[in-house]
Amino acid sequence: MSNENVHKKLNILADAAKYDVSCASSGSNRKNTSKGIGSGVACGICHSFTEDGRCVSLFKILMTNNCIYDCAYCVNRRSNDKPRATFTVKEIVDLTIGFYRRNYIEGLFLSSGVIKSPDFTMERMVLVAKKLRLEENYNGYIHLKAIPGASPQLVQEAGLWADRLSVNLEIPTNTNLKLLAPEKNHPEILSPMTQIRNGILANKEERKKFRRAPKFAPAGQSTQMIIGATPETDRQIILLSSGLYRTQNLKRVYFSGYLPVNQNDKRLPAITRPPLVRENRLYQSDWLMRFYKFKAEEILTEDQPFLDLEVDPKLGFALRNMDQFPVDINRADYEMILRIPGIGVQSAQKIIMARRHRKLNSMHLKKIGIVMKRAKYFITCNELPVSTTDWAPERLKRKIISESLTKNRKLLDTQLSLFNDFKPALPPLH
Amino acid sequence: MIIYTYDGTFEGLLTSIFETYNRKNFPVDICSRQGEQKHLFAQKLDIHTNEIKAERVWKGIQNKLMGKNNQLLFYAFLSEEKGIEMKIYRFLRRLFSEHFNIETDFGDSDVLYLTQTSQKVKKEAMRMMQFVRFQHAKDGMYFCGIEPRYDVIPLVINHFKNRFADQKWLLYDLKRNYGILYENEKIEEVIISNKEFNTITGQVNENILQEGEEFYQKLWKSYFKHINIKERKNLKLQRLHMPRRFWKYLPEKQGIN
Repeated sequence: MSNENVHKKLNILADAAKYDVSCASSGSNRKNTSKGIGSGVACGICHSFTEDGRCVSLFKILMTNNCIYDCAYCVNRRSNDKPRATFTVKEIVDLTIGFYRRNYIEGLFLSSGVIKSPDFTMERMVLVAKKLRLEENYNGYIHLKAIPGASPQLVQEAGLWADRLSVNLEIPTNTNLKLLAPEKNHPEILSPMTQIRNGILANKEERKKFRRAPKFAPAGQSTQMIIGATPETDRQIILLSSGLYRTQNLKRVYFSGYLPVNQNDKRLPAITRPPLVRENRLYQSDWLMRFYKFKAEEILTEDQPFLDLEVDPKLGFALRNMDQFPVDINRADYEMILRIPGIGVQSAQKIIMARRHRKLNSMHLKKIGIVMKRAKYFITCNELPVSTTDWAPERLKRKIISESLTKNRKLLDTQLSLFNDFKPALPPLH
Repeated sequence: MIIYTYDGTFEGLLTSIFETYNRKNFPVDICSRQGEQKHLFAQKLDIHTNEIKAERVWKGIQNKLMGKNNQLLFYAFLSEEKGIEMKIYRFLRRLFSEHFNIETDFGDSDVLYLTQTSQKVKKEAMRMMQFVRFQHAKDGMYFCGIEPRYDVIPLVINHFKNRFADQKWLLYDLKRNYGILYENEKIEEVIISNKEFNTITGQVNENILQEGEEFYQKLWKSYFKHINIKERKNLKLQRLHMPRRFWKYLPEKQGIN
């Protein structure tokens, strides 16, 4: 396989695939029962990190960047004058196994431009997964993109070989999607999504009865949408994603800050930088819904269409609801402790366990790993002075913002980390 | 004043703890034989590792700890931190004398320290799963030399054994100079005397690399370059998740830093 052709194709198709956000390899613990190669790890493993700070967990690649569609936001649309390439099924299989054996990757994430018809494309993608599983005896992670418009039989088969399936929602509302991608519409995207959801639910029931029934997409399904390309509000987006979690049982909804990849399209906003802070705030809201037991309606109330870019949504919630604070660390229930800014899921669990043994004071809290710089305004634990907990919301917001500015932090220019305790990048103070 | 010394193994530490109870002579310090002597006038007692005694202490610990924490002390011990023995000892004194589960008492500095240290060790083990990069050698073996901060290679054997069940691989700890070889479904601990790899970066000498190896490394490097979105550059975040100390083992970072 060692020829320059593959190398060139890899470059073109990796370039074309990089705008796909999802790279999670979590949720599947497929065992290597066949004594072949590969296994799933439920928590997922990231094998590398590129200079933009995003992880490389899966070998994320397009099968082809030829496409019959002409979507305004997409780098691979047919009206773009770009070098095009197509991998053969065997090339993808060989590359995946070659990388996997060297522990470079956790699995394969295969997506594709649409050639000829959705069915034709989907069929070849399914073939890759099938070949990996049956011929290479491969038990690692496979994430397949379901192509809207492909026949239900193909989607069903894809689910049998893959760990995760995803269908991209592309744009949060149907009207705007039609504007930017005349050949696509939401109902057509939602129908495979619904099919996959039903498949997963039916498979769960089946596996209760027959333990050895083959798994159907054991790592669930996810979706992705572009934000900032169209004028939807944050509230619309959050309500939409919370609806998707509820009705479609999605594992993840990914947001991709709009990045101008095509020049001179009047339908799209003229911006030079992706809206990274907004994207980060949306992810933080997503985390609040999935791990912090917040409801979508609580994150943004009706009179607030957009998230505050200056402070993270959890701090924003606390500042709007000062009547619920201060919280007594030694008495409050878990849900309330989770809502205190500066306390994450792990610290909250530690607090709950530790306070059975003794009364906690601020020294304990600091050692456990709570960001006291933030949390001290929202908690009482016997010996914190009252003065720290009695503030006007707007003044407190300014104080917290100014305290978290350090001379080393450059303003608003980096993507924020999702996994650290919230540390917002902040605009300059006026 | 008495100091117990042991051979530096976990079993040795457990044996020493057995002896402290057995002799009802509680020490001011427990340290490995190579460890320094802090107390000038203290009496020294050397403990010989005894597996039966160690097993008894281990069983006692298992009865007291919750299932998900049952490896807590072993992980913390692997950190090789200075003075970890006394922290484990004090933890066990409390554990054996109290009725409640003390492992969740994070207000106690010893408990918190041991929990956090074992977390660090587990994280380092995770880093092994992330950043190990095998090189395919001519004899068909997949080799990786790496230098974990803590002695975590034993913790990831199972992961690699399950994952690469059909290939021959060798995972070598460059700092502690031992490795784990997997061949024909068997695990073996090996020490290599005739090293055909760079003892700092773990790179195998070029003349014994398999033919396709260089090609795959080249492919991976350019894949890594092309999957990056330039407009979102954020080097700080990259370093946070992938610390610099691992870069020398990663093919994708060669020739870039």
